[in-house]
Formats: sequence, C-alpha cells, structure tokens
Amino acid sequence: MTEVTLSNVIKRYGVHQAVHGIDLDIEDGEFVVLVGPSGCGKSTTLRMIAGLEDISGGEVSIGGRVVNDLPPRERNISMVFQNYALYPHMSVRENLGFSLHIAKRPAAEIKKAVDEAAAILGLQELMDRKPAALSGGQRQRVAMGRAIVRHPDVFLFDEPLSNLDAKLRTQMRVEIKKLHQKVGNTIIYVTHDQVEAMTLADRIVLMRDGHIIQVGTPLELFNTPVNTFVATFIGSPPMNLLDGVVTENGNVRLGDGQELPVPTAARAGVHVGQQVRYGFRADNLSPVGHGVAEDGDIAEIDLRIDLSEPLGTETLLFAVLAGTEIQGKMLNPRPVTPGERMTCRLALEKAHIFDAETTNVIRSS
Amino acid sequence: MDRNKTHRNRRRVLKGLHFFGLFLVMSIICIPGLWIILNSFRPTVEIMAKPPVWRPSFTLEHYRAMFGGAGQGGVPVFSYLWNSIVISVTSTLIAVLIGMSGGYAFARYRFKGKSGYFVGLMLFRAVPGVALSLPLFIVFAKVGIIDTHFGLILVYVAMNVPFTIWLTDGFFRQIPKELHEAAEIDGCTRWQAFWKVEFPVARSGVASAAIFAFLTSWNEFALASQLTRSVDSKTMPVGLLDFTAEFTINWGGMCALAVLMILPALILTFIVQKHLIAGLTFGGVKG
Repeated sequence: MTEVTLSNVIKRYGVHQAVHGIDLDIEDGEFVVLVGPSGCGKSTTLRMIAGLEDISGGEVSIGGRVVNDLPPRERNISMVFQNYALYPHMSVRENLGFSLHIAKRPAAEIKKAVDEAAAILGLQELMDRKPAALSGGQRQRVAMGRAIVRHPDVFLFDEPLSNLDAKLRTQMRVEIKKLHQKVGNTIIYVTHDQVEAMTLADRIVLMRDGHIIQVGTPLELFNTPVNTFVATFIGSPPMNLLDGVVTENGNVRLGDGQELPVPTAARAGVHVGQQVRYGFRADNLSPVGHGVAEDGDIAEIDLRIDLSEPLGTETLLFAVLAGTEIQGKMLNPRPVTPGERMTCRLALEKAHIFDAETTNVIRSS
Repeated sequence: MDRNKTHRNRRRVLKGLHFFGLFLVMSIICIPGLWIILNSFRPTVEIMAKPPVWRPSFTLEHYRAMFGGAGQGGVPVFSYLWNSIVISVTSTLIAVLIGMSGGYAFARYRFKGKSGYFVGLMLFRAVPGVALSLPLFIVFAKVGIIDTHFGLILVYVAMNVPFTIWLTDGFFRQIPKELHEAAEIDGCTRWQAFWKVEFPVARSGVASAAIFAFLTSWNEFALASQLTRSVDSKTMPVGLLDFTAEFTINWGGMCALAVLMILPALILTFIVQKHLIAGLTFGGVKG
C-alpha cells in the first residue's frame, strides 16, 4: 500500500514562500496530476515528495512512513524529468539497469528486469545505443523505462512531455496511461498543460501561487469549477465570462443592458445588486440547429460572428457579447462568413455564476 | 556558364589564400620547434655557420654527449627526467583533485561569498609567478624545503589549482543538475552520483584541466630555477642551463635536451586528446 500524504507542506526560499501549506491525500494506485500555470509551486511540491528539495514545514509521508528526512534513494520512488536526464555516457541498457546495479543486485536479475522494461516500452532494438543516438520520443521512453525497472512505490513525472512535438506528445500521453494501467502504481504527474491533466488524471490538483485551488476528477473540475480561475484554466477554449449585475427579476444585466436569467442552481445564492460574472462554455452556446438538444432552459442570443475556426467535426465561433469576446461552438458545421448574424442558443442550466469580487462560484447547494 | 566559371575561380582563389594564411600562421608556431629538432641533429659548426648551411648533415653527437659522462659534456638527463616526472605528475594529480572538488563546489552549491572567492582565485593568477620567487625562496629556505621535490610540488599545486577550478567549474556547469538528481533517485548517494555519473560525463573537462596543469608544471622554468639547486630536484627546463658556460652556449646539446623534454609532453597530449572530444554531454538531456 503506497498512499502519499502531504500535510501542511510548506516551502520557503529565503523570504519568498513558494508553497503555502498544502494538504493532499493520494491513494494507492491513483494517478494524480498537479497542474497550474508556471510558478504555481507544482514542480516544487513534486521535488519535495522526491526529496530533491528540503521541506520547510509540514510532513510528507509515503506508504505511511514520514519521509521528510530521508534522502531520495531511501524513498523508493522513481522520477521522469522534463529533460529526461539520461546518463549520456551509458548505453540504453546501462541506463535502464543503473539503479539495480547501484543496489548491487545479481547480474541475472538486472538483465531480466531490464529486458522486461524494454519489452513493455518497445526498446529492444535500441539497447546498445547511447542517448545521443536516440530521438526525443525514444529518450522519453528510456527515461520511463529507467523509472519502471526498479518497481518503485511511486512514480513521479515532472512535465515529461513538454519537450516533445505535438504529435509525439499525444502518442506518449497514451503510452503513459497504458503504462499506468499495466503496472498500477501510484503516479504523481506535474504539467502545465490542462489537456494532459484532463486526459491522464484520476484526480487533478489545480494549483496557483503555492495554494491548491481545487482537487477533483477531471469532470468535476470541468463541470463544477470553484472559481473563475478553474473555469478558465480547465477546458479548451476557456469558459466565457461576462460581467453583470443581478437584477430584481432574477436576471443578470450585462454591460450592454441585455439580460440573462440566473441559472436555477445559483438562484438562492445571489442577491439583488450583486456584481457577478456570468460564465458558460463554448460547448453550451450553439447556433440554432447546430447544437446538442438541451432539455433545460434556453436563452436565445443574437450574435454577429466575427471569426470562425473550422475544426472538422465542429467550428469555433468568435463573437462579441456585451463588450467581451466570447466563443461558441457549431456542430455539424456549415461554412460561416465573417460578419454573419446568427441566433444562438445558450443552455442556461450549464451556466455558472461567479462573485465578481471573490471570483468564487455561487451555488445554492 | 560564364558566370558559374568566374564564381568557381573566385572560390578557388579564396581557398588558396585561405591555405596560404593558415600556412603562414602555422609556420610562425611550428618553425621554432622545427629549428630545435633539426639543430639537435646537426654538428655545432653547422648550427653556427654563417652563411647558413642549406643541406644539413645528420649526427647524433649531441645526444651521445648528453647521455655520456660528465667529462664529455654530459648532463644527468635521467635524474632531471625523473625529477620532472615526479614533480609534474604528483602536482598535476593533487591540483586536479583539489581543483575538481573546488570546481564542482562552485558549479553546484550556493554559499556565502561565492563570487568573491571565485574572483579572488582568478586574481591569484594575475600575480606573475616570478614575483613570488624571492619570498618563496626565503620561506622555503627557512622551512628547509628548498631543493626538494616537495617544495616544487607545493608551488605547482598552488599555481594550478585556481586554473583547474575555473576550467572544471565551466564543465560541471554544463552538466544539468537533473543528472545527479536522477542518480540520487536511482539509489546513489551524493558521492556515488558524482563518481558514477557526473565525473564520467565531465571527464573530457577534467582531462583538459589535467593536461594544462601538467604542461604548466613540466615547462615551468622561472620558479624552478630559483627553488632547485642540485641533481636531487632540478627539472628538465632548469637542466637546460647546464649547457651554458661562461662564454659559450652549447646550442646542439640544449636542443637535444629540449627535444627530450618535448617528447613526453607531446605523447601525453596525444593520448589524452582522445578524451578531449567534447559533446559527451549532448544527448543525455534535451534542454
């Protein structure tokens, strides 16, 4: 059983505090992704779990054992670095077997473990090459192979796909997910890419400025963001946010006087005159006849389409509503001329109301 | 067609000029060495002849004399060679060990006054070695290590450490810190991570630092001539002085000893040169 627990973990660099008391319970076998903009403390947190950074305060435990004072080698973890950090003077085989070699395991055992890892990752052909003779994707696989050879309790990934081109990244993402399903270890994965976070994670930990903003499954974060930061960070394109004021008849009056009804879920939480931000995703705003049939309340908005991005199965539409640029989606797309006017349907039950001041979501339940 | 031809011709001329320039520069570098080697095989009369003799004759007379007894103009070549080897090799080993540790510390650790120390070390090199010869002489004489291997080794270590630190610092800086972090996660102690991963990767840098340190000690003359007195500790550069008498200089003999001095340095450089090929760090990480 290798659950990882962080309680009130703090990291200070001199006077600057990078991580402000993080609490997190990661279950055995769980795939947890730490995600956030650069400088949010996600890598620092990972490095504290790895033992590469001292912990300024709080407690990190792996498998029920407090590891604050243990060096990396005694934590039984593996780590894949952004720049792979393969040993350039060793062949792929030596790279893979290095940890077992250091642990002074018998040669036969090392060979077996290395061959096994090579088979999982399809590295058999490359065993005698030096890292310099490998492509980016191959290096990435060797780095992963080096991590799985020692059967660690926990895998740590520090932005492992950032150096790969887009196509390879998608491919490796699938391989990492397959690897997790195959070996089933606990994985903590750091990335700044929300797509990676969404696709890989059992649970996403969204961080900003050294704080955890929200923890939840990808769909929880997507469907019920706790504030505007989560709403705009998770999901592509980011959620549309319109400034407005709550009126007496239960609507939100936008900047241009147009009114949109407050979704039922938020109705009990708002009060008249409150400054709010009205949020909805592009997926929930579609031209009539080009959207998903929604059961709940619908608001019809007349929009002038400034720009369109055809993506094949759908087309992204750009328009300005109440002085803010918003995006909508057209399913079963047809060609769109810039400047064309369209009546769009907004699914109100999928909309969110955020307090303009605190940026937190307003929900009655 | 015509335009292509002129273009080709111009390229050919430029290439020729390029080679001529290179030839000129290489001549300036190589001719003194060539002069030494050629003259070590010529009779003294020919060396001094005016006008010069263009078709030299070949003789091993100088070498025979040098290795011969004291009466025939011989010098204790083997003692000098032995002294030079002991002093250069030992001081290089020590300087590289100390310098490498220092370079690693400067490259990897943050400590108070780091840049100050570093500049200090570099300033240390700004002091001309000869300026230290008198103070060193007095101190060494008082302590009683004048005319000993130990004394000269001490001086050469002090001379070489700052440069070695500077050179290895640069090489260790090029190695991404993730390498030793990966090694530590793979089960190494910090010490093992250094010896098993970072040192092999920085090997070329350490090798070049070692060559520099060795050549400095091997060729050093000014301080050695002050701090050595007898066959017990005289190095080869100092030994060259044996060929100067009150009124004459035995050029042929001097050249012969010089050739003997150049040979080991040349051989060593060729051996180590293989390790100097940079780019070892390339490929392990993508940065």
